[in-house]
Amino acid sequence: MREERSAAGAIAALEVKSTWTRRHVLDLDDFSRAEIDAVMETTDAMKEVLAREVPRVPALRGKTIVTLFYEASTRTRASFELAAKALGADVINIAASGSSVQKGESLYDTVRTLQAVGAQMLVMRHGSSGAPYLVARHVEMNVVNAGDGWHAHPTQGLLDIYTMRSHLGDLRGKRVVIVGDIAHSRVARSNIWGLTNLGADVVVCAPPTLLPFGMWPGAVTAEEPLALPRVTVETDLDSAVEGADVVMALRLQLERMTAGLLPSLREYARLYQVNEERLARARTGALVMHPGPMNEGVEISPAVARSLQSTIEEQVTNGVAVRMAVLYLLARGKP
Amino acid sequence: MVTRTVLTPEDIRRAVGRIAHEILERNRGPDGVVLVGMRTRGVPLAARLAAAIQEFEGQAVPVGALDIGLYRDDIPAMDLRPQIKPTELPTDIHGKRVVLVDDVLYTGRSIRAALDALIDFGRPASIQLAVLVDRGHRELPIRADYVGKNIPTALGEDVQVLLEETDGRDEVLVEPVLSEAEGTGEGER
Repeated sequence: MREERSAAGAIAALEVKSTWTRRHVLDLDDFSRAEIDAVMETTDAMKEVLAREVPRVPALRGKTIVTLFYEASTRTRASFELAAKALGADVINIAASGSSVQKGESLYDTVRTLQAVGAQMLVMRHGSSGAPYLVARHVEMNVVNAGDGWHAHPTQGLLDIYTMRSHLGDLRGKRVVIVGDIAHSRVARSNIWGLTNLGADVVVCAPPTLLPFGMWPGAVTAEEPLALPRVTVETDLDSAVEGADVVMALRLQLERMTAGLLPSLREYARLYQVNEERLARARTGALVMHPGPMNEGVEISPAVARSLQSTIEEQVTNGVAVRMAVLYLLARGKP
Repeated sequence: MVTRTVLTPEDIRRAVGRIAHEILERNRGPDGVVLVGMRTRGVPLAARLAAAIQEFEGQAVPVGALDIGLYRDDIPAMDLRPQIKPTELPTDIHGKRVVLVDDVLYTGRSIRAALDALIDFGRPASIQLAVLVDRGHRELPIRADYVGKNIPTALGEDVQVLLEETDGRDEVLVEPVLSEAEGTGEGER
């Protein structure tokens, strides 16, 4: 009998392998593989819900979720709102313009107010890197980072990983090339954390002016470790895409560029555009990804963006399911 | 209190065979019957019932898997494994006789959630309930149509259904309650 007890205990231990005790989703740098797996598995279930005739379940009925956006957004905000509604939550959307932020209310007072009116979860986007971390320290709400400055965009990273896994399976050893404005890209940073954790072979490719300081050739020394996992850095796109399983183009973030980073858009497009000739160097059937919004004809050619290899629309669709999974897991795990 | 075995592998096999017969008798054959197992252990039980029906009647009945995670109202304060899986229904359930299959019937709250989940997919002609174990202590007006075994239990006890497909062996145990996080094998709590 005693032996049977311990056998049952071992089974219980197997079942709890992907535990979830997280209160906030701020970046993927502190995600374990088990947590990523938990999100992926839950996303599968959410995809099934979204495929229904009436895509709505009562899982978060009675919860109030606020989306607070200090920066422009179409897809992220729409997809969080749809995700929350599909789970039966009430959603309040607040854009900084048109709110009391314009009257000079601080971020701290704004989020405390949202908590005081009864919101349980806060989805926020802010131009300053680290803003959601500050908020998370001062509120009881679950905080989801929907993009903070150049720093992190964890749900985008998760939806990109979900999309890659649904085509490629296990990502160990897969060559994922991220091309373009790495320096200003929170999407690239969150992808780098998630993908390296899953064992993918991540290559970043950009002109040196668009690489984060620590990635400049020769910049990483023992005394000055890079605040990101080690990745392969390439400045030549043709050699970077050689044998790639995934080519992810990033938007050139003209709004974040001060000046003098690029000689001209035309030159950038000539050297760094993901187009058909370059894609031919990648593995046959390699995935082409882009987090959107695209500058077609700059970082990606229209033909490639609309090709059968492109997962760009699929990424948007998966985004809703991934965000449902994140909201559900946070609501469920909260003490 | 010590752990005691309440159903052996043979007991489970006979119970499944009998329930399969009862389902056929009640529904006058396998036509229009859809078996829907509730995750986790209701799914292999539904598959076993389908295999038994196939053996008795030479006709396959569709088998689905239902996840009620998104419909539960009894969310534990801290659920350490909140994972949910997709619901997979092999056929449109509209107008069908759906037999829900679960391992343990306890408070009835899982079944309440399962009814909500099922009805979101259509309007079945009827919904029946088959369970391997009914342990009592209902909190809702719900009863099973087919029961493998009624096992009176104390509230402080835990009923563990172990199945070959999920646990490596067939057995049903009643044991003194485990701590909340360790609890397993129980259809609901």
